[in-house]
Amino acid sequence: MSKVDLSVKIGTFTLRTPILLASGTVGYGNEISEFTDLNKLGGIVTKSLSLKSRKGNPPQRIVETPSGMLNAIGLANVGVEEFLKEKIPFLNKFDVPLICNIAASSFEEYVECTRILTKEETIKAFEINVSCPNVREGGLSFGNNLNSVGKITELVRSVTDKPLIIKLSPNVSYIAEFAKVAKQNGADAVSAINTLVGASFNIHTRKPKIQNITGGLSGPAIKPIAIAKVLEISRQVDIPIIGIGGIMDWKDVIEFMIAGSTAIQIGTLNFIDPTAPGKILKQLEDHCTKNGIDKISSLTGSYQL
Amino acid sequence: MFVIYSPVEEIIEINPQIFLLKVFSPKIASIIKPGQFLNIRVTEGNYPLLRRPFSICDVEGDHLYLMFNIMGTGTSILAHKPIGTDLDILGPLGNGFNLEGDYDTAIIVAGGLGAAPFPFVTRKLKEKKNIFSFIGGRTEHDIITYNLNNVKESSDDGSRGYKGNVVDLLENHVEQFKNSKTKIFGCGPTAMLRSLKEFSLKYNFDCEVSTECAMACGFGICQGCPIESTQQQDSYLLVCKDGPIFNVKDVVI
Repeated sequence: MSKVDLSVKIGTFTLRTPILLASGTVGYGNEISEFTDLNKLGGIVTKSLSLKSRKGNPPQRIVETPSGMLNAIGLANVGVEEFLKEKIPFLNKFDVPLICNIAASSFEEYVECTRILTKEETIKAFEINVSCPNVREGGLSFGNNLNSVGKITELVRSVTDKPLIIKLSPNVSYIAEFAKVAKQNGADAVSAINTLVGASFNIHTRKPKIQNITGGLSGPAIKPIAIAKVLEISRQVDIPIIGIGGIMDWKDVIEFMIAGSTAIQIGTLNFIDPTAPGKILKQLEDHCTKNGIDKISSLTGSYQL
Repeated sequence: MFVIYSPVEEIIEINPQIFLLKVFSPKIASIIKPGQFLNIRVTEGNYPLLRRPFSICDVEGDHLYLMFNIMGTGTSILAHKPIGTDLDILGPLGNGFNLEGDYDTAIIVAGGLGAAPFPFVTRKLKEKKNIFSFIGGRTEHDIITYNLNNVKESSDDGSRGYKGNVVDLLENHVEQFKNSKTKIFGCGPTAMLRSLKEFSLKYNFDCEVSTECAMACGFGICQGCPIESTQQQDSYLLVCKDGPIFNVKDVVI
């Protein structure tokens, strides 16, 4: 038993550790479980699910950029029904809270997905993706509109009692306004940030490197932006924040927590070093031990401005 | 698949553009199959950020060989790795070529660096099958014949071998294969793979190709490398996990 208390709370939802694996970077858990002991994590967030399966965008979907990458996967996923039938049995083998990420193209679809999935006991919480930049309808247009974010939160809240997390877009002027609306409409937490819209051209062909033209920028390149957005929310809204954006090591986790995050999600790093989440957890514990931090949760919002 | 740190033993210059990286890695050497690939992190820093995929070029005892050319920052770092440095390897990844089966003649078709997987294929097949290699490149400098058998060459500019593309060169020799049980193994640029598919369907040859697509992870979680399937319309296959080797009948090239 560790002397350091690594647990954190999001409303009534207690996480064993503050480390979650981000949606879209762990699929449905199968592959990553070969590298990292999922049972030690705070939770894993599924690939975004929609009511029906989605084929996703044609290639090229990914391009590397300086200290980052652009992706436009287009929410390729198996759909709610197949997820319950084919993916849940595997995830049931682990003792790790499963957070289901939902991305829809209409208010009704958000509600319908949540209504079906909330019956599944393995699913402990929902993360609502109102901010995917890579699908034509829905996604970012919802995430850019305060009324839409409010309405989605309210509607989803009405069909589930499970913890509700709204994943916010950084592609807005004042992210704290969106966190406020999420809270007012019953969200238990927000996660920040989703990817930033980016583009990259081949200078010889003059064509975009990604077929979708624009993609979502992730990786360490976006970390300072994510930290600023987390801080903005933390200073203005009393709601638990799950920090996301370019976390590469344990120091980044600490930084996100100091800036106001209760928990964090590891995303792009899973692609590069799928063994990293386990290592980071160990290093976090060592850091806390060395520095006399009994409860890791005491770091949250401990900034000195 | 796993992450392993294995020391670089030697960097061999095949020609001024093409290098072979020799790595001591008994664990990978004992299980990797021709056509599979390794995803290599060239630096611990953040630039370049993603791993670089390399198909396995050859295996000799406990030693791996990877073939590459200098394309950018990542491969440049790799070409200058000090001997003895540990290489951060993720693998083995993907599915290899299906070398078993009822055929007596193997035809290898490669364009440019597409020759990379075939020394290992040749090593595995040379005792059992007749092997003919058709190797193309844009110019004489792009033709790589390292550790291949019975090579016929083509170049787009005619500077070496047949002037034209490698699939046309193969078609010029098709008569000699029509009466044998033949299987084709191909790797190279998409345009080459596309005409190789047409060729193999025209003459009814069984044909497997190694495909390529930009990818972030190499093992299925990023979903970055879709390839259109001929069997299913509502979802893509993934180059990294379902491939990179596909029978040409199964994918749209």
